[in-house]
Amino acid sequence: MATATANSIELLQGNTACAKAALAAGCRFFAGYPISPSSEIAEKLARLLPEAGGRFIQMEDEIASLAAVIGASLAGMKAMTATSGPGFSLMQEHIGYAAYAEVPCVIVDVMRGGPSTGLPTSPSQGDVMQARWGTHGDHPSIALAAASPKEFYELTVRAFNLAERLRTPVTLLCDEVVAHMYEKVDMAALAQLPIENRKKPNGAPGRHLAYAPGEDGVPVMAPFGDGYRYHVTGLAHDERGYPTQNPAVIAATQRRLHDKIEWQRRDIVQFETVDCNDAEVVVFAYGIVSAAARQALRLARAQGIRAGLFRAITLWPFPTEEIAALAEQVDRIVVAEMNLGQMLGEVQRAAGNAKRIHTCLKADGETITPEEILAALKAGRETHV
Amino acid sequence: MFDFKEYLRLDMFPHILCPGCGHGIVLGAMLRAIHSLGLNKDEVMVVSGIGCSSRLSGYVDFNTLHTTHGRPLAFATGIKMARPELKVIVITGDGDALSIGGNHLIHAARRNLAMTCLLLNNEIYGMTGGQSAPTTTPGKVSTTSPKGQTERAFDSCRLAEAAGATFVARGVTYEPVAVEKLIAGALQHNGFSFVEILSDCPEFFGRFNRVGSPSDMLFTQKQHTLDAKAAAALPPERRKGKLLTGILHQDSAPEYLATLDRDFAGAVRPDMRE
Repeated sequence: MATATANSIELLQGNTACAKAALAAGCRFFAGYPISPSSEIAEKLARLLPEAGGRFIQMEDEIASLAAVIGASLAGMKAMTATSGPGFSLMQEHIGYAAYAEVPCVIVDVMRGGPSTGLPTSPSQGDVMQARWGTHGDHPSIALAAASPKEFYELTVRAFNLAERLRTPVTLLCDEVVAHMYEKVDMAALAQLPIENRKKPNGAPGRHLAYAPGEDGVPVMAPFGDGYRYHVTGLAHDERGYPTQNPAVIAATQRRLHDKIEWQRRDIVQFETVDCNDAEVVVFAYGIVSAAARQALRLARAQGIRAGLFRAITLWPFPTEEIAALAEQVDRIVVAEMNLGQMLGEVQRAAGNAKRIHTCLKADGETITPEEILAALKAGRETHV
Repeated sequence: MFDFKEYLRLDMFPHILCPGCGHGIVLGAMLRAIHSLGLNKDEVMVVSGIGCSSRLSGYVDFNTLHTTHGRPLAFATGIKMARPELKVIVITGDGDALSIGGNHLIHAARRNLAMTCLLLNNEIYGMTGGQSAPTTTPGKVSTTSPKGQTERAFDSCRLAEAAGATFVARGVTYEPVAVEKLIAGALQHNGFSFVEILSDCPEFFGRFNRVGSPSDMLFTQKQHTLDAKAAAALPPERRKGKLLTGILHQDSAPEYLATLDRDFAGAVRPDMRE
């Protein structure tokens, strides 16, 4: 393990941490469109990428941004874009394209208050369902949620690793507070994070079965221009990448797209538990809300309420099994999120008994306070004890 | 010797195009242009959008990418920046490039990134069954303009030139050899090159507007065009209502990636440093 030295300590803004992590993860292409509160990621990479031999481009809109990212990834570069709610909405069609054509890429969505133009520089967690179901059709999704600038760094690297390993788009969510917050981090430790790269074919060039899966359900990926000539389409396609309307082929591909994620679910799903062992009540939170929840736990314990925290790091796939197990051992769950109850439905579904689930929801541009979570912890107790 | 079979994925046939469709003529011209320049199949990248013409990318044995409706130029931008040694050709239709993708067309032209855009204009949405396009000329009938198109049509070449394209040309499928030469010229141009090819849709546009057989359609199109060089010597009344063909505009503005690399080699101005 690397040890922290005076030189390796940096005071990093969340968005800067994301940009630096992208570079460390091997990202060499960024295309984006200015939008608060994500713009610092683009501004940082506009300087850093060319110095590292990469390419930066400001596109005409968010639709074009993700299109260019997918193009660059197909041509062999690790690629990403960063945006906020309205831009994330515009990117949805291409998220589906990347999922179906199996193109690794990272989409960072710094969530702000919505709907519509909403609250451009206020925090929100209103895009978590869009990260799951925003694009049309059946498709798996991977979405991660960062709770601090340091974690924004770590999860940026992880988002690239998962995208490359599984040939899939990965959405990295954070909120305006995490994006603009500063934190002291040890860059030497972060430099130790493992980096994964897509598997390339080692057979002879020429015609190439672009979508023949490996044992892990993931086809190897040849960059365009390396001599493996093949076809990529957003139409339903066979192993050659050719359009097909054969129901058996279509069904097998749909199944495989889900399987390749499901088979690695245990690795993909990450979470943190705090004081859950003896807990009567557990807060389900993610992102910046989990910071308020930690303080709420202290306040609750001081008042004799045995409170714990389940902090989801991976939002999609949802930690269904873990929440189900937790629901067995606690009396109540409090879902705290900066929206009007999006992950709430998932928690209810996983926990089974909706009566034992209480909420602390807020979508007014302000963060949830520890006191508000504490009130929810107590309210549930009055009803159920 | 040119053998078109060398350039086709025959295992993807039969193709989806209707009998009499002009898009095959354009495809043949493109393949001959690529052959005439001696390009290696591995270095050719064909990107297309959605629509009948955009299906052509699937049938050719190059690196091929069939993208989303209207966005092929944006995908191509990422590919070209990541892999500048690829010869990037974008095949798009009039709805793809001028309606849903109009924004990407003008910005690709403005940037002047070296790639070639072939716009196959048949004045109609063929794949969806014959709706009006931004190129459907006033009075022409379509399923969404049953009494005749009331909107004006885009002149895509004037649009591309105004937006900054550094090579602009137009051809007609009636003249496949000329089209081949225009495409070869576009492929040799170092910058954003744009070629509109007037194609035909006998199945919808032709049938709805009673233009006659596919060959009648090709001939009618020819009659509506004038060679740009010949037109220069003609009085204005004889040029009225005619579309010009040939190379319409060419300039030597610096190519995007070359500019980017040159500008990045310089230092950041002191007051713009962090």
